[in-house]
Amino acid sequence: MYRSIFNIVSGTSAWVLGALWLLPLIYAFWAAFHPAEYATRFALDAPLTLEHFYTAWEQAPFPRYMLNTLLITGLILGFQLVLCTLAGYALARIQFTGRGIVFALILLQLMVMPEILIVENYQTLADLNMLDTHLGVGLPYLASAFGIFLLRQTFKTVPQELEDAALIEGCSRLQLIWKVYVPLAKPTYLAYSLVSVSYHWNNFLWPLVVTNTENSRPLTVGLAIFGAPESGVEWPVICAGTLIAVGPLLALFLIFQRQFVQSFMHTGIK
Amino acid sequence: MKKLNTLYAWLLLLPALVLLVSFTHAPTILTVWDSFFFAGRAGQPARFAGTENYLLMLEDEVFWQVMANNAWYLIGTVPTSIAIALMMALWVNSKLSGRSLLRLAYFTPTILPMIAVANIWLFFYSPEIGLFNKILDAVGADPVNWLGDPDWALPSLMLITVWKEAGFFMIFYLAALQTINPELNQAATLEGSSRWNSFRRITFPLLLPTTLFVMVNAVLNAFKLVDHLFILTKGGPNNATNLLLYYIYENAFSFFDTHYAATLTVVMLIMLMLLAAIQFGWLERRIHYR
Repeated sequence: MYRSIFNIVSGTSAWVLGALWLLPLIYAFWAAFHPAEYATRFALDAPLTLEHFYTAWEQAPFPRYMLNTLLITGLILGFQLVLCTLAGYALARIQFTGRGIVFALILLQLMVMPEILIVENYQTLADLNMLDTHLGVGLPYLASAFGIFLLRQTFKTVPQELEDAALIEGCSRLQLIWKVYVPLAKPTYLAYSLVSVSYHWNNFLWPLVVTNTENSRPLTVGLAIFGAPESGVEWPVICAGTLIAVGPLLALFLIFQRQFVQSFMHTGIK
Repeated sequence: MKKLNTLYAWLLLLPALVLLVSFTHAPTILTVWDSFFFAGRAGQPARFAGTENYLLMLEDEVFWQVMANNAWYLIGTVPTSIAIALMMALWVNSKLSGRSLLRLAYFTPTILPMIAVANIWLFFYSPEIGLFNKILDAVGADPVNWLGDPDWALPSLMLITVWKEAGFFMIFYLAALQTINPELNQAATLEGSSRWNSFRRITFPLLLPTTLFVMVNAVLNAFKLVDHLFILTKGGPNNATNLLLYYIYENAFSFFDTHYAATLTVVMLIMLMLLAAIQFGWLERRIHYR
């Protein structure tokens, strides 16, 4: 008796919390797809409209922002995968003096992320003449301590005999990494990629600091300018713009939900 | 052979190391260096300031307010999001029907950018037409100026942060819960232990390493996640919601006082080092468990 009451109360609260958690997003959909006068009137017969999406699309260069975000996240991910593989392999499998210290120094980036050091990193980027470029937005993130750490842990689980056999067969080190280690670490690559893409798709402070024009401005920064109260854009239009901005990632997430959740889990346990 | 290996390892590490040194280690050292200088006037080189910037900081009322805000923000968001995350994980891990949909609902805020989240919540909080005040009005309560009232602004931001990150932390608890042997709880039930007792004596202790991991991440977020301030309050009203990283940004890019911004960054770095020390101490302990 006591148990079943507990179960009902607990199950109901779980769903109430779930509904509350989805409410902001559901609400954004409601406001974006209905005429402005229905923004706070929830009538079932409210007509559907796409006008807010047209307005948002015309008022801000969303295709350009989206292209910039794609280029920046793609650039970062590409470099990260290559650089972290090389470094991760060296730390996992080669004995050399100073390995412990190098590893500790790399791990420092887990705490001191580039966005904390905006003052100096902005200066560096200005000195390199790379402000307002895609590469500039990506540069501080191309080498990732987190990626190196994850791949090192994964590579360590690869049996040493495989490496020895491949070396006897006459593989070079780079061939060895490409043919033995990379295929065996596929789940880690997938997990890391999903985490990296969602991080950089959503990153804001650093891109805000180093971009000045729509040449390199990503979606998040564009959205912040678009949605700023002083820009005077109407509320449902802001909702529509927000949905345009989060749309691709949200769709990706809904399709690959299981992989996303498992990837985030995978990266947390190690 | 050993020498060749060493050379090879360094070659493989080189690209990553160059980038890490340029954007993490060098700027960390430069930040400390810059904090001991004043900006030079009109093209003049910077002047040595000694500890002057730090003394100015200690006299800066806004700095102390920012630190207090950050402390409250931390106290308000870290335990709450951990508790909610744990509860969510227990629900999603139980035999509740439709639990994968529930997991989706809890996790979705995690993948939305904070800027988008802030845009949506801005409307909930808006004084005239906002949803929250409509609800207050419907039950006959006085409206609240959520983001404009210094007493309400920071708690309003905390609510968003908890909403955004609880689902993320749930994932780690979920992963940990799945590694707990169900026989432990079954045995406890057979022995007549109540649910609460089983949780307190078995589940919770086994989740302790996860709790510490999540806690470090939550504290880290409390320091580094300030995106929503840009949309919702800009640190106002009257610095009531100003947080350390936002204040650093303001000093560097609105007031153009990079040396003072560097001084504030040193404070931030000290906080992060303390956090790292805590985490490292914990990691060490965990290794000894094995």
